[in-house]
Amino acid sequence: MHYLEFEKPLLEMTERITALRTALGKGEVGAEKDMEKEVARLTVKQARVARLLYRNLDAAQKVQVARHPGRPQGDDYISALLKDFVPLAGDRRFGEDKAILAGIGLWQGTHKVAVVATRKGKTTTQRLERNFGMPKPEGYRTAMRVFDLANRFGLPIITLVDTPGAYPGIEAEERGQAEAIAASMSKLLDVNVPVITIITGEGGSGGALALAVADEVLMLEHAVYSVISPEGCAAILWKEANKETIPQAASALKLTAQDLEKLGLIDGLIKEPVGGAHRDESLTITRVGDTVSRTLLRLKGKSSKENRRKKFLALGHG
Amino acid sequence: MSWLTNFSKPKISTRKKRGVSASVWAKCPACGDLIYDQDLVPNLYVCGACGHHLRWPLKERLAAWFDKGLYTEIPVPHMPDDPLQFKDRKRYKDRLKEARKATGREDAFVVASGEVGGNPCVVVALDFDFMAGSMSRAVGEAVVVAAQAAQAAKTPLLAVTASGGARMQESVFSLMQMARTTAALADLREAGVPYIVMLADPTTGGVTASFAMLGDVTLAEPGALIGFAGPRVIAQTIGGTLPEGFQRAEYLKEHGMVDAVVARGAQKTTIARLISLLG
Repeated sequence: MHYLEFEKPLLEMTERITALRTALGKGEVGAEKDMEKEVARLTVKQARVARLLYRNLDAAQKVQVARHPGRPQGDDYISALLKDFVPLAGDRRFGEDKAILAGIGLWQGTHKVAVVATRKGKTTTQRLERNFGMPKPEGYRTAMRVFDLANRFGLPIITLVDTPGAYPGIEAEERGQAEAIAASMSKLLDVNVPVITIITGEGGSGGALALAVADEVLMLEHAVYSVISPEGCAAILWKEANKETIPQAASALKLTAQDLEKLGLIDGLIKEPVGGAHRDESLTITRVGDTVSRTLLRLKGKSSKENRRKKFLALGHG
Repeated sequence: MSWLTNFSKPKISTRKKRGVSASVWAKCPACGDLIYDQDLVPNLYVCGACGHHLRWPLKERLAAWFDKGLYTEIPVPHMPDDPLQFKDRKRYKDRLKEARKATGREDAFVVASGEVGGNPCVVVALDFDFMAGSMSRAVGEAVVVAAQAAQAAKTPLLAVTASGGARMQESVFSLMQMARTTAALADLREAGVPYIVMLADPTTGGVTASFAMLGDVTLAEPGALIGFAGPRVIAQTIGGTLPEGFQRAEYLKEHGMVDAVVARGAQKTTIARLISLLG
């Protein structure tokens, strides 16, 4: 497991536990009982420390957790939560974007839905071909095609968002990155089926919002959602991005799920396992699955484009 | 309260010498030719030597577009300032104060109604001189108010964009203006009211990725920088140099992203035609 800087105490304890276990395994005579006791003590202590650490994360630490490479990703949610999943690829205009996984299937085996997820990738090859989860215009246009399809056949739309932002590159600009984002938002305000968004990790600016104009926008407990990365914000407003300015920017941006819920800019939180989503992938996925299922039932027959437009017209107003 | 904290700074206003010693000659940033100050307004801020379009002050633009320079400003409800009490090296409140003093505007926009070539329309224009035309809640509100005014009056809406993107100091409040403005335009579109956009230099970030790219017709000023990501960010990401003319209006047209690049001299006529044909 990859340990974040502030998780150092946890890493140290893991190392001690491992060392003790190795020693126990070798059958070194004498102190077995004491060693076993110590392992048990450390394990309990580690859980407590994890709970304490994660209860008081500051904004900059939340950003690190939200970007943790071990967090469950779009693919993980889809393969665990969707039965009979049929992937739908390509924008019919230019190409396929590997940073987007879209398709239809049965959510938790029950609800017919259309799903669009961003994908960061886990191996280096995946990360490169998916541009580290930064969609290109063809990705947003693929999403729009699936939104359309969902609308025509009455399938609720679920989007799973975890992206640093839309891809800032030459081809992306040439093919109309800005237009694709604007049109995707517009499409989500045109459909007459329920739309649910879960920000599972990073909600990176317009690139995230393009897929997050939903009746219900929920965030995982340690996810972040921001108009700009703390690094970018520090570089511009503090004139330099460094160890001091980045945390200041992160905190000033009010980008944590807790802040955004308080500000009324999102609709709710989904609790993560103790020590973050990366410590218990399947529990995280189950919680997301259950929350979405409940929300689907609640929104049934109650969502319309008019309501969604009203919601966003009023959002962040007062 | 001690005398130290009770002490208020003396308010001595120092008059800026602008206007007296300020250059009578402007220099064209493209060809370096000297342009006589007094020629700028009648020439619509276009360099006589090379045709370069300098940034056109909003007041001049509106005066040139509206018939006889007449228009009525539509009031936009005031949004509470500084929703996050944001402070970087400076307090956002202070930045706002400075921008208001420098521009005489409440925020980076004007909403107005009037006639262009005899055709009534509503205009929402961004002012780049006010914190780089960045999208605050107030700017979002202006677009919404303009769209709703156009919809109520069934007169075409015209947007002029010039913006560095998000107002970072308003963070996610700023981000949400992308969705807000898009929602207002979705209603306008359904009401069958035409929406025309003029992309001015520069239009980037969240403004481009929302109401600037949702026009029924999208026009651009010659040479205007238009994009989602800024050129510096892109160069950094790809670790290389950018193609010639990248993200300029003409480049966007070549790539199918705008309907026409319209020179200043022809803008009023083009807008009037579009409004009368679609309206």
